[in-house]
Amino acid sequence: MHTTMDIKDIIKPENKVYSKSSVLLDNVMHYCPGCTHGTVHKLIAEVIEEMGIQDNTIGVSPVGCSVFAYNYIDIDWQQAAHGRAPALATATKRLYPDKYVFAYQGDGDLASIGTAEIMHACNRGENIVVIFINNAIYGMTGGQMAPTTLIGMKTATSPYGRREDLHGKPLKITNLIAQLEGTCFVTRHSVQNAAGARKAKRAIRKGFENSAKKKGTSFIEIVSSCNSGWKLSPVKANEWMVENMFPSYPLGDLKDI
Amino acid sequence: MAEYILMKGNEAIAISAIRNGCDGYFGYPITPQSEVMETLMVEEPWDSTGMVVLQAESETSSINMLYGGASCGKKVMTSSSSPGISLMAEGLSYLAGAELPCLVVNVVRGGPGLGTIQPGQGDYFQACKGCGHGDYKLIVLAPNSAQEMYDFVDLGFELAFKYRNPALILSDGVIGQMMEKVELRKEKPRWTNEEIKKMSPWATTGKTPDRKQNVLTSLALDAAVHEALNHRLIEKYKKMEEEEVRFENYMCDDAEHLIVAYGSMARVCENTIDLARKEGIKLGLLRPITLFPYPTKEIQRLVPQLKTVMSVELSAGQMVEDVRLAVNGKIPVNFYGRLGGIVPSPEEVFEAFKKEINK
Repeated sequence: MHTTMDIKDIIKPENKVYSKSSVLLDNVMHYCPGCTHGTVHKLIAEVIEEMGIQDNTIGVSPVGCSVFAYNYIDIDWQQAAHGRAPALATATKRLYPDKYVFAYQGDGDLASIGTAEIMHACNRGENIVVIFINNAIYGMTGGQMAPTTLIGMKTATSPYGRREDLHGKPLKITNLIAQLEGTCFVTRHSVQNAAGARKAKRAIRKGFENSAKKKGTSFIEIVSSCNSGWKLSPVKANEWMVENMFPSYPLGDLKDI
Repeated sequence: MAEYILMKGNEAIAISAIRNGCDGYFGYPITPQSEVMETLMVEEPWDSTGMVVLQAESETSSINMLYGGASCGKKVMTSSSSPGISLMAEGLSYLAGAELPCLVVNVVRGGPGLGTIQPGQGDYFQACKGCGHGDYKLIVLAPNSAQEMYDFVDLGFELAFKYRNPALILSDGVIGQMMEKVELRKEKPRWTNEEIKKMSPWATTGKTPDRKQNVLTSLALDAAVHEALNHRLIEKYKKMEEEEVRFENYMCDDAEHLIVAYGSMARVCENTIDLARKEGIKLGLLRPITLFPYPTKEIQRLVPQLKTVMSVELSAGQMVEDVRLAVNGKIPVNFYGRLGGIVPSPEEVFEAFKKEINK
């Protein structure tokens, strides 16, 4: 006997394997299709939900594409001046030592204009989490050269490719951060596939757990793509990232104590 | 019985912060105000009131620590001197734009550039005309004694929270460094986290299920929304001009001539008034205590009885512009200023005054 199965027979709570995190808001993201930010936002929201710390977490958003992170993750947010997120996070964590505080920054924000703030916050060992999105370009302002831009990489301000003699070498700031005694966990990840995203999520969770244990600063770099800035399709951008970014910014833990 | 202690103006700032329930101080050393943070570090208030004291890596960082702390609804402050305040300009604009209360103390030295560590009043424009970008105002208080340094910490926080706007104490090297007796007022405890949630429901205290998320930002890309934000700020500044003007008159009732001076220069000019009175010259002193909002109406009230007004400043002539705006061409407005850290004597000011009126 032939029976037909209705979709309603499948959509049942016991069959549910995945749903959008309740910590994510319903706003449609402004990020370009293929952008890494959306994935990382989702991972942060999931970690906050799973740890049950939504009412106890304060985020600091940067200047750059992710300035609007507060439109997507449903927690209290402070929107910092360019590069200054670690200073806000420092004060917030010291004034509310029992809360979870994280700064979310891009490479222009963290590795260029905000180098003093990030180095000193990490060196003091503030019990905060720093999420560092490194896509080697200034996305929001239209694709200019960043401190992490690779040699030979074309951007709006290095139109013939970054030249060492003109612009200096890419700044591997995460390697510097790992040298600072205030950091307890310095790691580099990517989220272009499910395996990478799962590892990145575990790292983000570990960072939050480290703050609760008052172990010092946890610093999580996500090697990212900017397909609009790189002028590649999302798929090609991810391929380019694996081929070109990973050799300069190899994935894995730089420090875990 | 009231308790008096002999202390420097800078020390008064620090002691007052601890006694008035300040939650956090974030600063960077610079002459002539380093005693503020030094005093705090000696007092170790983290053990007594729980106040956080942190030496930041720069003034840029300390003002942004204030942004974070103020976002939490906490009473946070910093102190610096002129070049340091220049570095805070961006942060102050952000704080005003995000409507965040905080207290900043500027113990002014001579400029421009590295200038001199001697006292000055050359930061009047910076304080009152917006040192950062955009249309915003700071609440500006000008103390003329160590006692007012003490008292204005509390007043500054009160006004900052009343209006959700940064307040600035515009002091100078004289007031910061001189020692005077200071009455320790009744202590105010720090606010509890529960009190903060009630008093400042906008603060980032952690999003609980009973409310929407709190976001503190100065960003509004929608033109209409951004204009509305600016109009809200303008309304706030208007209200300050109506309700918060503070000044002090000395011998103004029968005055035919007026000196306008603030801070340390007002202390000197009080003696100039006495010298003039001894010679039978009816000279009075108006001391603006709030530089924004400015006592424009008080100057205008006095103008009909006056023949001349003179602004006396440790600058090349900054506040005099506000005096001219208030007088609006009705009577002559003169100016006398010294620079480089030189503070004129009462006699020198009196001679300058006489020279102007006898022209």
